[in-house]
Amino acid sequence: MAALKKLPSSNLPDAVLDRRQAVPALIDRPQDFLIVTGLAGAAQELSAMTGNAPNLFAMGGAMGAALMTALGLALAQPKKKVLCVTGDGDLLMSIGGLATIALQNPPNLTVICVDNGHYGETGNQESHTGLGVRLDTIASGSGFPAVHTINTETELEEGRRLLRENGLRFILLRVKEGPPLREKRNLVPHMERENFRKALLG
Amino acid sequence: MTDASNWPDQLYDLLRSANVTQFAYVPDAGHKVLINRSLADPDAHSVALTTEEEGVALAAGADLGGERAVLLMQSSGVGNCINLLSLINGCRFPLLTLVSMRGDFGEGNPWQYPMGQAVEPVLKAMGVIVLRCDQPEDVIPTVTAALTMVFQSCQAVAVLLGQRLLGAKKF
Repeated sequence: MAALKKLPSSNLPDAVLDRRQAVPALIDRPQDFLIVTGLAGAAQELSAMTGNAPNLFAMGGAMGAALMTALGLALAQPKKKVLCVTGDGDLLMSIGGLATIALQNPPNLTVICVDNGHYGETGNQESHTGLGVRLDTIASGSGFPAVHTINTETELEEGRRLLRENGLRFILLRVKEGPPLREKRNLVPHMERENFRKALLG
Repeated sequence: MTDASNWPDQLYDLLRSANVTQFAYVPDAGHKVLINRSLADPDAHSVALTTEEEGVALAAGADLGGERAVLLMQSSGVGNCINLLSLINGCRFPLLTLVSMRGDFGEGNPWQYPMGQAVEPVLKAMGVIVLRCDQPEDVIPTVTAALTMVFQSCQAVAVLLGQRLLGAKKF
């Protein structure tokens, strides 16, 4: 099959982590956070990890919306820790949002990109990151004060520590292609909003 | 009697008195006063965007966290927002956007017409209610109505600030 050429600058090691273990190992206790996920794999995984708990707002569409939805939430809830968990495809679609978020520098927000280098939902085509584009370098260049890349299990511990500290963080979690954790989830969009707001705001 | 020609400052005060705290924008001359006031306001978040659809998602996140946002953009930015308006529509998020018009009354740059003239049908197609201001006297009553529609009745509303109001840019 014909494919786009990898960037000559591509120098990352092959991904070895399985997302089904790595994402739960990194986030550890999802109940400690308000979580916004992008569509597809990240939404399925976090729904399964939390049992569709109302501290999770998981997109079922609106590709590219997760990052900035998480910023609006983080600004509105400065006393809560907010996680944006999203895939490389979703993040690539909203990449300017990294610059917007860095300028706001909310200390209660961590962005986790679960990067499998592929568009897993749409035929598993290689994404820009699979061809060597580095989202961690883009996050650094955008002005994120702390950026951590996880290639192996030993680097998970530092990620776990960072996302529980104060300060804006970007964590690139590099995983192999392959299915996420899955659980049957709510796909009625307005119920997502209502459940989340009721649990947070009463 | 209040002088309607001072509508930009009155508009900022109106938004703040309605507890709008997140001001999102791609810089634009038509929104200059609102942008500058939000930058100088210690109790507001002034969020400069790289593209307008970021502001649609920001408004959704603000609502999830119990705050109110406004998206300030030029008419050309409306086109950038379309797909993310499905987030607003599907989840029934409130959305208030103020749109400074180009490609409108007296426009001298032909590049502005395609999007400018498409603003109303495109917004309506995505379920956004469109209100319009063409005179200084229109602005405060129209945005007052929009605030009720958005934050009490949970609708998505765009208030178009026409070039008759803002003055067409000279070329």
